[in-house]
Amino acid sequence: MKVKSTLENYLFILPAVTIFAIFYIYPFYATFNLGLRAWDGVSPVSQFVGLRNFKEILLQSRLWWPAMWHAGYITLIALTFQNALALALALACDRQIKLGNFYRLIFFIPPVLSEVVVGLVWKWIYNGDYGLLNHWLANLGLMHLARSWLSEPQTALTCVAVIHSWKGFGWGFIILLAGLQTIPRQLYEAARVDGASSWQRFWHVTTPLMIPVFVLVSILTILGSMQAFVLVLTMTGGSPALGTSVPVTRILSSMRASLRFGYACAQGIIFGLVLLVVSFMQIRISKRMKQA
Amino acid sequence: MAIFKRLFNFLRKEQVLVKRWTSYILIVGLIVSIGGCVRITEKKTDVVIWHWMTDRKKAFNELAETYARQTGMQVEFRLFAPSEVYSQKVRAATQAGTLPDIFGILGEKKDFAIFVKAGHVFNLTEEMQADNHEWKKRLFSKALIVNEFKRGNEFGVSPGIYGVPLDVTNIQMLYNKDLFKKAGLNPETPPQTFEEFVVAVKKLKEAGIQGLVSGWAETWMVDCLASNFAFNIMGERKVMRTYTGEVPYTDPDWIRVFSLFKEMADNGVLATGIVAMNNKDAEQNFANQRAAFAFNGSWCVNVYQGMNPDLNYAAMFVPRVSERHPMLIWGGAGSSFMVNARSENKEKAVEFLKWLTDDEQQAYLAQATNNLPANKFSLADISPILSQFAQAMENTTHPNIWPAHEKGVVIEAFDLGIQSIILGTKTPEQVAFEVQEVKAREMAKENR
Repeated sequence: MKVKSTLENYLFILPAVTIFAIFYIYPFYATFNLGLRAWDGVSPVSQFVGLRNFKEILLQSRLWWPAMWHAGYITLIALTFQNALALALALACDRQIKLGNFYRLIFFIPPVLSEVVVGLVWKWIYNGDYGLLNHWLANLGLMHLARSWLSEPQTALTCVAVIHSWKGFGWGFIILLAGLQTIPRQLYEAARVDGASSWQRFWHVTTPLMIPVFVLVSILTILGSMQAFVLVLTMTGGSPALGTSVPVTRILSSMRASLRFGYACAQGIIFGLVLLVVSFMQIRISKRMKQA
Repeated sequence: MAIFKRLFNFLRKEQVLVKRWTSYILIVGLIVSIGGCVRITEKKTDVVIWHWMTDRKKAFNELAETYARQTGMQVEFRLFAPSEVYSQKVRAATQAGTLPDIFGILGEKKDFAIFVKAGHVFNLTEEMQADNHEWKKRLFSKALIVNEFKRGNEFGVSPGIYGVPLDVTNIQMLYNKDLFKKAGLNPETPPQTFEEFVVAVKKLKEAGIQGLVSGWAETWMVDCLASNFAFNIMGERKVMRTYTGEVPYTDPDWIRVFSLFKEMADNGVLATGIVAMNNKDAEQNFANQRAAFAFNGSWCVNVYQGMNPDLNYAAMFVPRVSERHPMLIWGGAGSSFMVNARSENKEKAVEFLKWLTDDEQQAYLAQATNNLPANKFSLADISPILSQFAQAMENTTHPNIWPAHEKGVVIEAFDLGIQSIILGTKTPEQVAFEVQEVKAREMAKENR
């Protein structure tokens, strides 16, 4: 009877396990397996090359690490500019201001817009010849600042990073606002009675209680920004001279242009591991901060 | 009423059992539905063709209808666009075994070779040579050669013709006649040499008109113009010797090639943001008269027609840099169709392709889509601008027919290097040195 019951239990979890195995475990295994091979994507056979693909990416690739740096730069802008903006707006909306719901709606518009549409619209705004940005600068008498924003290596990456942050701050805003609303109001009142200033209330009440939310937002920002792709593709396609290329565009290029599917899988695995390590590090740091 | 009451009591008592049985049914349902994910039965057609050519959708469908009327055979053209999506679909279909009867392969000769070696492409040599080479004779040899693998080819493919060219193409310079007039230049005598070209652009710039526009964010277009200059400066043999590793990229002739891009950048020949511009944007700029010159393929005739039917322009050969060697431009087969070697409808597919490349159908396609036909007997009614492209076919070459090929990573370093020169972040000498470094590393890897 017990054996039958156990078998029955296993039978019940079988569909979930099957789906998990088909859609998660097998693809991961297949990716890793391909990462150890040289394959063109069409041939019925692939050649086992061991860790050669990984070695080439880590030690010899001239284009992989600059792409990682570009993604890191976009992430850095997102972690600072995007999250600071999200927190400032969340703090503003957390107070009982007029039209609070309206602002929430407005701030959440960029994230729900299609990335392709956003990318193309901003590409037009940034255009050096007939873009809106240069037009505005000219009207403001700042024509000397006008330039071909997405074609110059000095500005292209920052332009993409800023739009990525603009597009993404709404998510952080919603999560941070939800976090702020869970903080009991009595704590603020008690702090106010004790004579704490606005800054002291923020630093000694809001910040410690918001650490788990900050961690969540930071991890989501890092994962989302490091994997930035559609905006890059629509705004610059990785140009000028790969000055805005990111790891995902490199992976795509390895598969599509160079027909190196095994190499592309190895790039994907290395990229995934980097993200995993960064996320773990961040969780550990935040735990220490919380304990402190 | 009593019976319902008893049934309800039974169900209530046996509630657990009912839940379990519901679960069993759900599990079986799931297994059946997963098993049910089989290929959807296709509707009855004799030949299925996959393609990516959005601009030819209507013309293809009309030809399929005509073919059905003439022969009773049902041919279905299925469009998958854009070309990147199409390319991925074809690759996935090779793994799933769902390739259609006829399909096209986008990419370089090495991509084509991969498909042939994997047994996906039918060898058409016998068909081409039947009836005293009747089919072969009708097609431009430069278009056919791209679909051919010669004996002892570097890819290890069995010799033969594996594709049918649908049209021919080449990449040249275009210039806007109205903008020429506006700048005081004679629109009937476009610049012939590089020096004349630079002078002409300076005059255009004085009149507030931009010079050359092209989609150089797509690095292959940079590669194309650079190899035009390389053939002109050092000749085909030396270019091939570079690819085989006998001549370094630090050779003065190659540095001269790189320097031409610096000269163009320094003299303001290139339109703003050219290295970040994709070809669609470049075409838009030229069609909207924002630049006087364009570097583009013969497909542009149809594109410009759609964007600005009143555009007054002409084609010109790429300005030569040297008199030592002929200037050769890229050209050959535009798009080609291949027959699936594993298709049950191979014969029907071949018959349709013969019909499609026959004089009448090719003339219709050329007129309807503004492309140069692959059939040399269908040129009678093409537009004057297409005639200019047709005349240049004699001076074309293409990487797919070269005896040697450069490694992908070296090409990447080469093209990115030129982009860096244009941006002013690297010198021609620096780029030459870096490209040679990559080349040396690749050669060492190959020799290991």
